[in-house]
Amino acid sequence: MANILKVKAKASGGKTQVKMMAKHVMESGQRKDSKTGELIPALFLNNLVVKHADKVVFEANLGPAVSKNPYIAFDFEGGAKGDELVMMWSENTGKSATETAAIK
Amino acid sequence: GLLPAQGFAAAKQITDPYEVENFGNVRLLHMTDCHAQLLPIYFREPNVNLGIGSALGKPPHLVGDKLLQHFGINPNTLEAHAFSCLNYEEAAAKYGKVGGFAHIKTLVERLRESYGREKTLLLDGGDTWQGSGTAYKTRGMDMVQATNALGVDIMTGHWEFTYEQAEILENIKAFNGEFLAQNVFVTEDALFEGADEYIFSEDSGHVFKPYTIKEIGGARIAIIGQAFPRTKIANPARFIPDWTFDIYDDRLQEQVDHIRANEKVDAVVVISHNGMDVDIAMANRVSGVDVILGGHTHDGMPAPTLVKNNGGTTLVCNVGSNGKFVGVMDLDVREGKVQGYRYRLLPVFSELIPADPAMAALINDIRAPYLPWLTEQLAPADELMFRRGNFNGTFDQLICDALRKVNDAQVSLSPGFRWGTTVLKGQMVTMEHVLDQTCLTYPETYVREMKGSELKLILEDVADNLFNPEPYLQSGGDMVRVGGFDYVCDPTQDIGNRISEMTLDNGEKIDANKSYKVSGWATVGARSEGADIWDVVAEYLRDRKVASIDKLNTPKLKNVDGNPGIMDYPA
Amino acid sequence: PRLALAAWNKNAFEAKDQMSAMKALLGEGAVEDSAEVTLKAPDIAENGAVVPVTVASSMAGVESMSIFIEGNPSPLAAEFIIPAGTMADVSTRVRMGKTSKVTAVVKANGKLYSASKEVKVTIGGCGG
Ligand SMILES: [Mn+2]
Ligand SMILES: [Mn+2]
Repeated sequence: MANILKVKAKASGGKTQVKMMAKHVMESGQRKDSKTGELIPALFLNNLVVKHADKVVFEANLGPAVSKNPYIAFDFEGGAKGDELVMMWSENTGKSATETAAIK
Repeated sequence: GLLPAQGFAAAKQITDPYEVENFGNVRLLHMTDCHAQLLPIYFREPNVNLGIGSALGKPPHLVGDKLLQHFGINPNTLEAHAFSCLNYEEAAAKYGKVGGFAHIKTLVERLRESYGREKTLLLDGGDTWQGSGTAYKTRGMDMVQATNALGVDIMTGHWEFTYEQAEILENIKAFNGEFLAQNVFVTEDALFEGADEYIFSEDSGHVFKPYTIKEIGGARIAIIGQAFPRTKIANPARFIPDWTFDIYDDRLQEQVDHIRANEKVDAVVVISHNGMDVDIAMANRVSGVDVILGGHTHDGMPAPTLVKNNGGTTLVCNVGSNGKFVGVMDLDVREGKVQGYRYRLLPVFSELIPADPAMAALINDIRAPYLPWLTEQLAPADELMFRRGNFNGTFDQLICDALRKVNDAQVSLSPGFRWGTTVLKGQMVTMEHVLDQTCLTYPETYVREMKGSELKLILEDVADNLFNPEPYLQSGGDMVRVGGFDYVCDPTQDIGNRISEMTLDNGEKIDANKSYKVSGWATVGARSEGADIWDVVAEYLRDRKVASIDKLNTPKLKNVDGNPGIMDYPA
Repeated sequence: PRLALAAWNKNAFEAKDQMSAMKALLGEGAVEDSAEVTLKAPDIAENGAVVPVTVASSMAGVESMSIFIEGNPSPLAAEFIIPAGTMADVSTRVRMGKTSKVTAVVKANGKLYSASKEVKVTIGGCGG
C-alpha cells in the first residue's frame, strides 16, 4: 500500500526537528454528500506514534477537527543524519500501517 | 530627540510648493496604492472615515476642517484641497488633476537631484499592479515597466497577489527593485510538494526576501517588507494557494532584533501594507523600528503619527492613493541612530509639474493597443461621481443600480474598495473611468437568492472588519455598498449588533427568513458565472445615457455625533 | 500492531461541549491559566478549514498537550503525548466552523495548565 506520510526530519545541534504531513481526507462524518444528501461516513487518522531507536518520541491522538492532510511538527533530543524514524498510524476504522523515514 | 514635523503647510514658498529644503543624510521617497493609475486623475478624499474606540478623533480618522485644524493647514489653499474633501468640486476645477506617472517621475527626479541621488531611495508600498484596464490586460506587467522607469528601489504588495502565483513570480523577476515581505510564508503543503525550488528560504519558509540593507548617505539602513496580512481573506485565496500571510508581531520583532544585533544598522524602516490603524498598533507592540512607511488604507496624512514604545519612538506615515502624493522623509542618521527627521507629503498636481517625456512615451506605448476599449464614451456625469468613504459613494451607487437593473435583482452588493477615481460633474464617463472603479482579476457578477438573515450576516461581517476597535481584527477597506435597500448602522456596537432596520426601497422591511434576489460581483470564494462588472455598468450607462443616481442607499448612523471623522453626511 | 501509549479517548473526542471533553480526557482536576503555556494562533483565520496552531510550554515535566475549540461540534481537536526528551512545542492545523475560543491544556507533573485565544473566522472580501 502506498505511503501516506511525508516527513522532513533534520538533525542539528543534538536535536532532531520533525515536520510531517499525512495525505488524508480527515472526513468528519458530519458532512452530507451534495448529490445524494446522505452522510459521508467518518474516516480520519486517529492515532500517530513516532519512534526513534525503538523509543517513542511522539504520539498524537487526533479528532476529525484536525485539518485535511494533517500536519504535525515537533522536536526531540537526539537523532543523527541517516537514522530511521518509524511511524505507526491508525484510522478510526481500525486500519493501520507502519512507515519509515530517514533523518537528514 | 526628534524634531517636530514639517507639514506641507509649513512651506514658505507658495509659488513653488515643490521646493523641499534638504535635511540630514538619508532621503526616503515614499509612494503607495497608486492602483495602476498611469495618467493624472481626479481624486476626492473621504467625508466619512470614522474612528471607533481608541482611534476616535485620531489620524487618520479625521475629515474636512477637522483634518485641516489637526495638521494646521489653512482652508481654501492648494494643500487644503489636496488633503481634504472641502469644496471639492470648485477646488478641483481650479487646481486640476492629480498624479500621473510622467508627473511623479519629474517630481521624484527633482527630489533626488536636489538631495543627492546616492542618498535617496524610492519605496513603493504596493497596490501598484492593479486598478486599470491596462494592468488587467497585461497582468500587472505595464506597472512593472512603469515602476522600473520610475526607479522604484523597494516594494511590497497586496493587490499584486491577485494574479496567479507564476505570474507574480514573473513580474517580480522583471521588476528591477527588490520585492520584500517578512510576513509571507509558504504553506506546509507546498513545501512538501517542492515549493523550496523557488522560495527565498526553505528553513524560514519565507517566499520572498524579508529585508534588505541599503548603504546610503554614509548610513546602513535596514528595510523590512510587510505585505498586506489579510490578502487571502480580502482577495481570492485560489490565485495563491501555496502562500500564507499574517501579521506575526513575534517574527517581526525577532527580525528587527536580529538585524539590530547582526547587521550593524543605523536605522530600521518598514515598508508596510498593513493599513494605518494596524501600523500604529504594530508600532506599539514591536520596538526597534524607526519609521513605518505605510499604505493600504489610502490615508493621505500630512505628518507622521509618533508612537512611543520600548525601543523609543516609531514614526508612522501613510501617503494616500492613486498617485496623488509622494512622501519625503529626510532622516539625520548618525552614530547608529536616527537623530532627527523632517517630513513632507507632497501632493502631485499635474498642472504644476511638467510631464517627463520618456515616461509619457512609455505610457503612450502601454496604452496604445487598448485605446479603443478605454476611450469609449458612455454617458456624461450628472453629478460628482466618487467612491472613497466608509459608505456608498455616488459611483458605488451607479454600480449597485447597474447590477439591479441589468441583472434584474431586488438588491445589490458591491465591495467597499478604497481605490477608484473621481469624475467631475459634466465630465464624460468613459470605459476607463468604469475600469478605474471595477478592474480586478475576479470581475464576474452573480445573481442568487439570499435570505434576509444571510444579507445581515454579510453586512455585520464587513462592518466588523471596518469598525472592530482592535485594529488586528480589521481588514481594511470600507463598508460593503448596497443597492435597493437602506439600513441603520451603529459602528460603536459589536459584531451582530451594528446593523438593524434593513428596509427595501419600497418601504418593506427585510425579513430574515424571506429570500431576495441579490446581484453582486468580486466574489472571493469560487468564480462567479455572470458577465464582467465593467460590461454590466457600461451597458447600464449606454442605456441610461446619463451617469446619475436616483437615490443614495447610505445607512442612517447611530452614535457618531461629534465624531470628527464625518461631515456633510446625507442621512 | 497498535502500540499506542494512550488509547484514543472516544468519550473525550465525541463530547459535544468543552467541559465534558476536558473532563473525559484529563479528569476532574482544576485547570489553571498559566503564562507558561504558549498558544499561537492567528487573530483572524486565513481559512477556517486550515488554522495553524502551536502549543508550547516552558514547564518541566510536560506529559501531554491538548487543543480544544469551543465552537466546534466536538471541541477536542487533538491530544499530543510528550515523552521525556521531546520538546513541549508542537504545531498542527485545525478546522474551525466559526469564530471561537481556542484553548490549549498542558498536563505537567499531574496538574493542568491552560492558555486561550479567540480566533476570528470571517466571510472575507473587500479591501483597500
Ligand atoms: Mn490600495
Ligand atoms: Mn491594499
